[in-house]
Amino acid sequence: MLDKLTFTEKKATRDGFGAGIYELGKTNPNVIALTADLAASLQLANFIKDFPERFIQVGIAEANMIGISAGLTIGGKIPFATTFANFATGRVYDQIRQSVAYSHKNVKICASHAGLTLGEDGATHQILEDLGMMKMLPGFTVINPCDAEQTRLATLAIAEHYGPVYLRFGRPSWPVFTAPFQFQIGKGILMNEGADISIIATGHLMWHAVEAAKILATEGINCELINIHTIKPLDEELILDSVSKTKCVVTAEEHQMLGGLGGSIAQLLARKLPTPMEMVAVQDSFGESGQPQELLDKYGLGVKDVVAAVKRALARK
Amino acid sequence: MATIQELERIASQIRRDVIRQTHFVASGHPGASLGCADFFTALYFEIMDHDPKFNMDAKNEDVFFLSNGHISPVWYSTLARSGYFPVEELATFRKINARLQGHPATHEGLPGIRVASGSLGQGMSVAIGVALAKKMDGDKKLVFALTGDGELQEGQNWEAIMFAAHNKIDNLIVTVDYNGQQIDGSNEDVLSLGDLPAKWAAFGWYVIHMRGNDMGNVVATLNEAKQRTRQGKPVVIIMQTDMGFGVDFMVGTHKWHGKAPDDSSNRTSTGAVGGNTGRLSLSLRWCHAPLSQCRYINLSSTIFYNQF
Ligand SMILES: Cc1ncc(C[n+]2csc(CCOP(=O)(O)OP(=O)(O)O)c2C)c(N)n1
Ligand SMILES: [Mg+2]
Repeated sequence: MLDKLTFTEKKATRDGFGAGIYELGKTNPNVIALTADLAASLQLANFIKDFPERFIQVGIAEANMIGISAGLTIGGKIPFATTFANFATGRVYDQIRQSVAYSHKNVKICASHAGLTLGEDGATHQILEDLGMMKMLPGFTVINPCDAEQTRLATLAIAEHYGPVYLRFGRPSWPVFTAPFQFQIGKGILMNEGADISIIATGHLMWHAVEAAKILATEGINCELINIHTIKPLDEELILDSVSKTKCVVTAEEHQMLGGLGGSIAQLLARKLPTPMEMVAVQDSFGESGQPQELLDKYGLGVKDVVAAVKRALARK
Repeated sequence: MATIQELERIASQIRRDVIRQTHFVASGHPGASLGCADFFTALYFEIMDHDPKFNMDAKNEDVFFLSNGHISPVWYSTLARSGYFPVEELATFRKINARLQGHPATHEGLPGIRVASGSLGQGMSVAIGVALAKKMDGDKKLVFALTGDGELQEGQNWEAIMFAAHNKIDNLIVTVDYNGQQIDGSNEDVLSLGDLPAKWAAFGWYVIHMRGNDMGNVVATLNEAKQRTRQGKPVVIIMQTDMGFGVDFMVGTHKWHGKAPDDSSNRTSTGAVGGNTGRLSLSLRWCHAPLSQCRYINLSSTIFYNQF
């Protein structure tokens, strides 16, 4: 099963979003795309070309974009508010909290350039706290897909789902390997069965988990690979089933350790199934400028870091 | 006091640095950096009373804040050329483990930077805070800030603009880089700023116009702005610039807002830089050679730059 996890092309997850929103343009007349002066970065070109009347350019004014989106929902439109992840969350947190979350509006906040893999623009833009902020908002669905195909499917799925959603994706070209898998909001994906350890990953780091599992397989360590694209609501059943079998866990994500997927899983396991656990995540620091892969390595999110975490977790079993 | 010609020559060097920095890492924002090179040159080499030994507290010196942090290349070059840090460090722009972050930051301790910027719309508020502190301390020096024009679409600016007038922050000179462009196109197409000078005036600011790519006018206008401080009103300069000024294939379009020139743009610019000082000659391909062999040739002055 592990060797089936391969890729023939690389694409940015934001390309998957661009493809998804374009499909929605064709199939769902209620879908409206908004952006704050970042149409090209969000891959909206095709949507704008074919559905100009359903595209809203708000200018560099993210707070206004969130408010307008909340208003658009009244009467049934489905606004997809798009910008970089930092400006889609931290910048407008109170606007989201009051006008969208608390008011339970059907707004889809779609955020690109999340995490370290944004690269050279540096720490001002590399948000590593967004999953934490967004998962704390009552009633919010939070999704962090792992490749372009999964992002495309997630984009289609959130249009069908009623309620506020945060969809997080990124800038770099990345292996596309999830074609065989279905996408359902709130349902994790068992990508590989293994008896020794559960590696649970989200976003770009899922591919690192796959590569780590391949390396570990050569050493006779069989990793169960679980992809959690929906950070909230968390697929507790899948996680508990896997961990009760493997009895140790590693989580991996491109996010601060505090507030990320690892934290959600730790809270689950502490309550229901205390288990030795290691977390691959950013350790309470900001990022910096650099190339995506360099940064992932420097901040402890490389394939070798996943391998090392697995060994630490196994030693504690 | 530098002559206009000397300042123009420095601005040309700074433009070369902008191209070099962005080309070297194939990323960054050359467009408005080039447009603002004359302003930065005048500010740091003529107008501001500042200390390149750099003290974060900025007591008894003029200070500058860059709100549109994406034009870091022009600021970094200006800071290096005026002695804040070694010019060679420009070669580390946007690289891992560097102090020259993609957007200006204090986190790595780069001299000359006093607050991070990059997320737009925040710099004017910070500048107002410093201006208030200077007033409280009886410090007679001035606070300067630069903001983009597209950036003014952020509501926080207008909170700051209202506050500064209400509180008579008259030791503050804000300049708007009025290049008419932003990422998705012209300001006019994306979200019109309307009658921008009239808006500032209506908010209670003293408004001055400036031709930002005419060094003589830049120096004269900045001096005039200084004269206008301490008269009960904050001062704003609406600075007309051309994005990409000085490099012919970049000028006047938003295409180079955040795109670095690559080797296909290996060509000689014929665009006159700063009036009559001559040409900016770019031979980008050479940048793949070791840095020590990289050079730019200023055709008019025949100075060979074998370093940044
Ligand atoms: C809060 C925020 N939103 C969006 C961006 C992305 N962004 C960077 S520069 C820019 C355009 C800025 O336009 P302007 O101020 O006119 O600067 P110019 O393009 O002229 O350099 C945008 C939208 C950002 N950096 N910060
Ligand atoms: Mg502009």
